[in-house]
Order: sequence, then C-alpha cells, then structure tokens
Amino acid sequence: MDAYVHLVPWIIALPLVGFLLNGLFGLAFESYRDRKNLIGAIATSAVFFPFLIALYLFFAMSGDSEAASVSLFTWMQAGDFSVDIAYRLDQLSILMTLVVTGVGALIHLYSVGYMADDEGFWKFFAFMNLFIFAMLNLVLADNMLLLFLGWEGVGLCSYLLIGFWYTDMAKSDAAKKAFLYNRVGDFAFLIAMFLVFQITGSLRFQDILDSAYLFSTDQAFLVGALIFIGATGKSAQIPLFVWLPDAMAGPTSVSALIHAATMVTSGIYVISRLSPLYMMSPELMLIVAVIGALTALVAATIALTRYDIKAVLAYSTVSQLGFMFLALGSGAFVAAMFHVVTHAFFKACLFLGSGSVIHAMHHVEHKLHKTNPDVHFDPQDMRFMGGLRAYLPSTYKTFLIATIAIAGIPPLAGFFSKDEILVMTFNAGAGVYGSIYYVLWAMAMLTAFMTAFYMFRLTFGIFHGSFRLPKLIEGAKDSAKLLHESPWTMTSVLWGLAVLSVIGGFIGIPNFVVATFTGTADVNLLSNWLDKVTLDADLILSKQVEWMLLSGSVLVASLGIFVAYKKYGNQEPVAEDEAVAARFGPLYSLWNKKYLFDEMYEGGIVRPVVRFSDRVLAVFDIRAIDGFVNFIASFVRFFGHLARYLQTGMIQTYAYGMVIGVVLILYLLIIR
Amino acid sequence: MELLLNFVIYLPIVGALFLFFIKSEEAIRWFSLVVTLGVFILSLPLLFAFDLSLTGTPQYMSVTEPFLSDWDVKYIVGLDGISLLLFMLTTFMAPIVILSSWKSITRHVAGFYGMLLVLQTGSLGVFASLDLFMFYIFFELTQIPMFFLIGIWGGKDRIYATVKFFVYTLVGWLLMLVALIYVGYAAGNMVNDGVFTTDWKLLTDPAFQLGLVEQTWLFLAFGFAFCIKIPIFPFHSWLPLAHTEAPTAGSVVLAAIALKMGTYAVLRYLIPLFPNSAIAFAPMFAVLGVIGIIYGALVAMVQKDVKKLIAYSSISHLGFVVLGMFAFTTTAAQGAIIQMVNHGLSTGALFIIIGMLYERRHTRMISDFGGIAKMMPVFTVMFMLATLASIGLPGLNGFVGEFLILLGSFNSEVLGSVWYTVFAASGVILAAGYMLWMFQRVMFGPLKHEENKKLKDLNAREIGLLVPLMVFIIWIGIRPTDFTKYSEAEVTNLLQVTQERAKTISEDAFVQDLPDWTKRLYQIPDDFLTQDHPDHSECDE
Repeated sequence: MDAYVHLVPWIIALPLVGFLLNGLFGLAFESYRDRKNLIGAIATSAVFFPFLIALYLFFAMSGDSEAASVSLFTWMQAGDFSVDIAYRLDQLSILMTLVVTGVGALIHLYSVGYMADDEGFWKFFAFMNLFIFAMLNLVLADNMLLLFLGWEGVGLCSYLLIGFWYTDMAKSDAAKKAFLYNRVGDFAFLIAMFLVFQITGSLRFQDILDSAYLFSTDQAFLVGALIFIGATGKSAQIPLFVWLPDAMAGPTSVSALIHAATMVTSGIYVISRLSPLYMMSPELMLIVAVIGALTALVAATIALTRYDIKAVLAYSTVSQLGFMFLALGSGAFVAAMFHVVTHAFFKACLFLGSGSVIHAMHHVEHKLHKTNPDVHFDPQDMRFMGGLRAYLPSTYKTFLIATIAIAGIPPLAGFFSKDEILVMTFNAGAGVYGSIYYVLWAMAMLTAFMTAFYMFRLTFGIFHGSFRLPKLIEGAKDSAKLLHESPWTMTSVLWGLAVLSVIGGFIGIPNFVVATFTGTADVNLLSNWLDKVTLDADLILSKQVEWMLLSGSVLVASLGIFVAYKKYGNQEPVAEDEAVAARFGPLYSLWNKKYLFDEMYEGGIVRPVVRFSDRVLAVFDIRAIDGFVNFIASFVRFFGHLARYLQTGMIQTYAYGMVIGVVLILYLLIIR
Repeated sequence: MELLLNFVIYLPIVGALFLFFIKSEEAIRWFSLVVTLGVFILSLPLLFAFDLSLTGTPQYMSVTEPFLSDWDVKYIVGLDGISLLLFMLTTFMAPIVILSSWKSITRHVAGFYGMLLVLQTGSLGVFASLDLFMFYIFFELTQIPMFFLIGIWGGKDRIYATVKFFVYTLVGWLLMLVALIYVGYAAGNMVNDGVFTTDWKLLTDPAFQLGLVEQTWLFLAFGFAFCIKIPIFPFHSWLPLAHTEAPTAGSVVLAAIALKMGTYAVLRYLIPLFPNSAIAFAPMFAVLGVIGIIYGALVAMVQKDVKKLIAYSSISHLGFVVLGMFAFTTTAAQGAIIQMVNHGLSTGALFIIIGMLYERRHTRMISDFGGIAKMMPVFTVMFMLATLASIGLPGLNGFVGEFLILLGSFNSEVLGSVWYTVFAASGVILAAGYMLWMFQRVMFGPLKHEENKKLKDLNAREIGLLVPLMVFIIWIGIRPTDFTKYSEAEVTNLLQVTQERAKTISEDAFVQDLPDWTKRLYQIPDDFLTQDHPDHSECDE
C-alpha cells in the first residue's frame, strides 16, 4: 500500500481546510455568514472529496494488502520518547474512514437544509468539519498519541456542538457534562499510554502489535482495562454512559453524526485495533462482555419509558453500543465492526428521520405562535405526535425501514450484524468462563426483543394512530394542516441511508448460510477484509446450532414487533405505558428514573467534591495556610513591639538601663 | 553576539531612563512599545545563531573581572539550552504586556512603564546570569518594580498584597543569601584556590563536592526560597492575593516570567549544586507538586473571582513543572521546561483576557457575567483557545508539557513509583472541571445583566496582542520540537552530570562518619565499613 498512502494526508487536510475557511471568514466578515449555500458547499465538499479519495484507496486495496504508514513530521521528541504525526492505512482504518466520510458527507448535506434558518450556520459547519478532521485523525492515526489527539478532538467538537445553542444553560450543561465524563475515561487512556510506552518503548500501533509478546498477562489485562475505561467514556457504556442521553441537546444532525454514527464507536474501533492484546486476557474479555451486555439491557429498559423521541434513540444507541462491546468481549471483533457499520447506516437514518419530524413539529409550533403566543409544546415529545405518516411520507417510509433494520429482521442490515454478535456470544460459551457467556447470550436475546419492541413503540407513536396535538393543546385545532414534509435535500439523504440500511448487511453474510447449500462458502466479505487486522475467536459452532440461533434471533425480533403492534399499533401510547408500568411496578419506575445514575454521581461525587473544596479547602487555604504565614509575621511584629519599649528616647530610661548593666557586669566579674 | 546579549539585557533599563524626559502619555506608551519590540527583534538572532550541538558550555558568554574586592564575583552572562527559551519568552512577552495596559493605566504613566522596563532587564538578567551572586542581584532587581507595580497600580487591597508578596519572598531569599555565601566560600576552598566564588561554571565543576550534611542544610535553604517563589504548596498563599490585586500587566509578568524564576533556579542551581539532596528529596518535592496540582485545582473550582481562579490554576500548573523537574528523566525535565513556557503563554493570555473584561465592566466576579459569547464573538474564540490550552487539549501547547512530564515521571527511577503520575494525571479531569465551569458561567447562558448588553468586541489592538500568543499556543501544540530542540541536549547533559556527581559524593560518604539521619536520608548502609565492598576496596588500594 506504500504507493497509495501518500493520499491519506489529503483525506485529513480537506476537512481542516473547510473548518478554517468557514471559521475564519465567518468570524471576520459578517456578510459571509449569510452566504449559506457557499458555506454549505464548502463544508460538504470538504467531507465528500475525502470520501472519494478513501473510496479510491479502498478499491486499490485488498484483504491481503500490507499496512502502510506515512509520517508527516515529528510531533514530540524528548529523551527516549518520540512520536510522529503519522497516519496508518490498513483495512480497518480505511473501513472507518469510509463510514466517517460517507455518512458524514450525507449528514452535512442534510444539515444544509436542517440548519438553514439558524444564525450560527457558518459556525455549525465549521465545527462539523473540525469534527470530521478530528475523527479522521482518530481512525487513521499511526500511534496511540495521535489517536488520542483525535479522541479528545472529537470530544471537543462534541462539546461545542452539544452546546451549540449556548444561550440555553441546560444545553451548555449537557455539553460540559459530556466533556467531563469523557475526561474521566481519557484519564485512564492516558495512563494506558504510559504503561504501553513503559513496556514496549513505543506508541506506534505496529510496534505495539509486533511486541505484544512483551506484555505479561497481567500487563495486558491492565492496559486493556484502562483503554476499556477510556472506551466506556467515549462510547457511553456503564458506568460513564450518562452523558450521551443529555448530549441530545445539540442539533439533531449532530446527534446523528457524532452521537450515533461515528464518535461513539471510537471505543469499539480502538479495542479492535488492539485485539491481540485483548485476546491475551480472558478475564478482561469477560469484563468487556459483561459491561457490554449489561449496558445493552439497562439502556434498552430505559428506552422503553421515554417520550422524547431523541431520548429513545439515544438510549437505543447506548444499547446498540453495548451489543458491540459484547461482541468485542466474545472475541468477535469483526462482528463488532460490522455492527459499527450497519448501525451507522440505520441509526443515522433514524436520527435524521427524527430530525425531519422535529423540523415539522417545530414548524407547527412556530406557526401557531404567530396566531396564539401562548401555545407551547415540546416538539420532540411523541405524546403530541401520532398519525404523521400521512403528512411526512418519505420520512415515515425511511424511518420504518431503519426501524426494521435495527429490530433485526432479515435481510436488512441490522439483522446480519446483530445475529453475528449473538452467535459469537453463544460461541464464547464453549471457552473459558463459558457459563457466564451463556447468561450474557440470554441477556442479549432479551435485549434484542426489547429493541424491536421499543423501536416499534416509537415508530407507531410518531407515525401511526391519529395526530394528537389538536386534542392536547388548546388553540392547535387545525395544526395538522401545518405539517409538511422536509425539503428534498433532507429526504434524499434519508432515502440514501434507508437504502444502505437495507443492503448494508450483505457485506457480512455468514458463511454457513451459503455453505449449507453448497458445502463450503467464502461469502463474508467483511471477515475476509479484516482478516489481517483483527485477531478473532474461532467459530466452533456447527451449522445446525447456527441455524437454530439465527431462527431464534429472528423469532425474538418478530415477537418484539408483534407485541409492540398489539399494544401501540393504533392506540394512545400513554395509556398503554401506564399498563406496562402497572405490570412491572417498582422495576418500571427504576427504568423511568434511569436507574438513578445521574443522582448517584451528582450526589455521591460532584456535589461532595465541590462542597468539600468550598467549605473545607478554600477555608483551609485562607485560615490555615495563609493564617500560619500571618501568624509568623505577627509573631515577629510582637517582638518588634517589645523591642520598641527599649527605644523610648528618654535619657532617664537609658541611664537606668546602663546602671543595671554595670551592676550586672560587676556582679559577674567580682562575685563569681 | 556577546555584545548583542548585553545590549538586549540593558536596553529596557536604559529606555526606562529616557521615559522621564517624555511628557506626553501617548508618547511614553509608544516609546515603551518600540523599546520592547526592539528588544524582541534584537533577541531573535540569539535564538537563530544558537548552536544546538554544544552542551555544558553556555553561549554568547561575557565575563568581567571580579568587582568585589577579595571575592571572586564576576559579571557573567550567557545563554544555554536551559535558559534560552525562558529568555526568549521574556523578550516576547514584553511588548504584549505593554500593549495590554495601553488604556487601563492613566496614573503615573511614566512610572508604570519605567517599572515594566526595569523589570524586564531584571528578568533577562536572572535568566542570563551565570554567576549565583549576579543571579541574586538581578532577582532583587525584579522584586522592587514588582512591589511598586502591585502597590501603586493595584486593586483595593494592593498594599497588603504587595507587602505580603515582597516580605514573604524576601524572607526566603535572605535565608538563601546566607546559604549562598556559605556555598561561595566552600566552592572557593575546593575549586578556586581559597577565594570566594559563585561562578556557575566552578559551582558545577565535578571537583566541587559538598558533603552530605552541608548539602542537606544548604539544599533546604535554597529550596525554601525557590518553593516560595514558584510557589509550591504550602508556600503559595501570597500568590492568589498578589495576582488578584496586581494590574493586568503585573499579573501577566508575574505569571509568565516571575514565577518561572523559581522553577528555572531549581534546574539551574538547586539540582546541580546539591545533587544528592535533590535526589533524596525528589519524592518529597514530587508529592508537594502533586498536592499542588490537585489542591490548586480544587480551590480554583470554587473561586468566585475569575482572576483568583486563574491564580489558583497557576499553582496547579506549576505543580506539574515541579513534578517534571524532580522526576530526573530527560522526558519529564523537557516537559517541565516547555510547560514553563506554556504556562507563561496560556496563563498570560488568560490574565490579559480577564483584564479586557475588567476594563469593560470593572468587575471580575463570575456572577456578574453570563452570555458574553453573544456580544463578543472574537473574544470568545480567544478565550476558548486559551482555556483549552490551559485544560491541556491535545494539539495545543498545554498538552505537550503535561504529557511529557507525566510520561517522564511515570518511568522515573528516582521517584520509583507510578502513583505520582497517576494522581497528577487526575488533575486533567479537575482542570477541565474548573475551567469549563467558569467558562460556561461567564460566556454561556442568557444575558442576565443589562450592563453586559453593551459590551463591545475586541478592537484591533486587543486582537493584535492576543494573536501572537494564540499562534504560539497552537505552534507549540503541533510542532513542539521546534522549541524543545533547544533544551534537549542541555537537559540530558544536566541530568547525567548531576546523577554522576551524586554517585561520586555518596560513594565518598561511605567512609565518613555521618549522623544517623543522613545515612537514612541518603540510604547509606550503617554497616558499610564492615562489608566487603568491591568498588571501594579498589579505591583504597
């Protein structure tokens, strides 16, 4: 690949150029800010052209290509430590690049319409380009430190874009929260880098993988666990996932790009990148799998209880990321990357679809405001929706397709990737800690059922039944007339992603499906593609078992859809939810309260630390530390005062002193 | 070049003399700006002509005859890898400092700018002098203008603040003066034919070896002075006060230049002169550094005054520098040097930025702001960049220093434990916490206060003085090797020489009859003389 690798810096540079152009011109010239077509065109092409380059590179490569790297210049050098700004081109990095730039370009295009009325249009696209730049650094980095630059860079862009509407304190709170929870993970990632350097003397991925034998099992466990903690921050897993649902405060296209399709998958990417290290420690793999499965289940149960359509999608993202970690923990790195790709398609489609819905609802609110300023409702709350399929046909169809895909119905994209994860988890049951993996498999099946259920609850709630707004809000009688489909720039992107959600799964058709009929088969393109990069666990299940598992996963998905249809197909969601709540009692209220994670962190860590600093440390600093200094000073002053009495300026006193002195001296000289 | 170096050092103080003859305030400002700009431009050849291949020999040296009768105290200046960057930082910051107080100073203008210029000569002298005695004199030369800068042009509690700053520092440095004289005589006896000397070259001569008992006391006396100046927890209480009360220019010089004199002195004198003590006390200093990082951050978090918050964040940042210096690895020490520069740039920028807000609103209370981003977009970008640099975002300068320090101390044999690094690294979480929280409360949210609705964005002068800082914040973040290359060889050399010297001294100490506490401190086995020690028996023969 050495002949092509020189193209990689261009992939990185173009989004940076886009950021600088829009950012600097927008900042300097007010007139530039209104040239929205130009801004949008620059920003979108700054992502689209890298996609073309990546595509070219992709076709120039094959599964057998050797990894190549290109170094631009030395970044840091001190003592025996040295690290370059260098990029690595291999099957894994190009796959991620395609997803980031491909889905990224589509979302940029969509945003031109979605953000058209926003006064911060130029700023929005500058930040979006900066995000793509940082994300490409993350996936193409040749060493851990450059990856970390991208890692924190995407975190910064996420911060800037979540808090994009910064005049709203709640939104900037959400942004700050995202940055801080990520920082906790980044702290662990930093320590992991120090350890890696201590063990291997390098931070280059090639050197780390080549010298994996230098790691003892304990060291592999420790390094892997620290990186995994970093990943739980960025990829929103227990215990650090709480920032992601709040991150929905940003514009919806941001949620689609950053908080669904790309940034949040970086944890999965980095672990896949270091798969040989993870495979050294079964205990570590178990921890990753358990956290993944738990997160998947916990987030799915919370998603059941949400009315905010973006919140449902956010928890669904957390849950799907949990699936990916379950795959990693089961040694199925290819399956995890597969789900990263398909999830990027259908979840971006879902988020952008929800954006289209919110766009329409917002328009309704805006119009109603003109005649009646007292009308207020949350345009993201599905209780005010219902029956929208008649008004937003394209949005409905694409949303439905993506929902079927995420639910796991064949032959849509989500089915193949999720099924592979379930199969590989079951497969891990034959290895060390096997019995636990069977339990995880059962949890994953339950989660798969819930996924189908809550996603169809959402779809039915938004698009089926009748439009509920006129019934709930006074003065919104004829509001249905105000609903309209989004412009073609937005719907065409929805259709593009819907098509990918349908066909995306074909890159990873399980071999056994074909092999059953032809004897042997080699149809799993993705598995072949990543063969050289990831070290996967061997699949040891028989075809019969695989078929059974496959049927099982289709069955639970269908069951989930069926139950959702029975309950929500044509009904009011609120009444049905109350029925569900009554059945599950305290359990449901735990889901509804999001397991009180936020309250635990807020009450258990944040507030005590702030209070301790405020009431104890800050006081200690003034009273004790500075107080001691002042005490010494006043001590000196006290003796100064005493000495002052000696300098009275009166002859009598001095004479008196002299007499005493003479007497004393005489006494000492004569008597002793 | 030797001449140029002296010219650069004294041009500001000569300029200060001319200020008395200028009547117009505007002309005084322009004259000071031209002088400092001239100094900066003249100092550039010193950087470009610097020979990277030389180590252990300072460049552009000028040496005079001894000027104190009986004592061999000479005026020696020169630059080497350790001082060069800080010297350049001083010449670079001066015009920016002058510009930052362009509008805010209206009383005794000539005096104000005169003080700044004298301060610059003092600072340049501190970094360039290669004689401990000269170092001390130049240091005192910086203290006096600083005393007046805070005391005359400061805020409400300026007198209290400046007296505390001055007396606190003075106490430490007088103690050091006593130790300095002792060192001078000791060095005279060992390496200068019995004549008192404080020549840096002779003090770092391998033949100059202080015994472990003397070293300990001298190290503590010097260390105490530097601890106060840096400042290291728990000797920091003068700093928040001085920073808060000082005018913007004073705060910037204090943060960017003056605090660096303490950390610089550690590398220049404390570690090379007292190698055994420096190594033996390294864990203690590292602990104080780490406490400073966390403590400074936590106290910064709950401050209500933005300037005080930045002041406490300085304590946190300097904790990193201290950790880096006492890790005794090239990586960490290199990180410490670049972190000194970084802190100067980003904290300097933050103080300037807060000063700009203060000039507009005459308050620094966080609660008086909110939603400023809407009114001042360019200001927001600058403030954001400086904040992110301070947080240590990769790609900006702060990260480079912190990363090298943490990485270097993680692998430090002298510290011998990774926990210093682990605790220090937790500072990155806290830094993001207090900085972003402050930034949010000042810049984001709705515009609550009527006064803030009239705020004007930065003017050309203000943009012009911040942009150079931002350029370096990004430059060092992306290509730090353009800067670290100057100190790399010298730092490596320094640490190697120091450790070798410590080894010789402690081997000699084996045969001496030392008090018990010394043996414990320097880990010299009690029953050494009765043991058959191969190295030592060879020496005896």
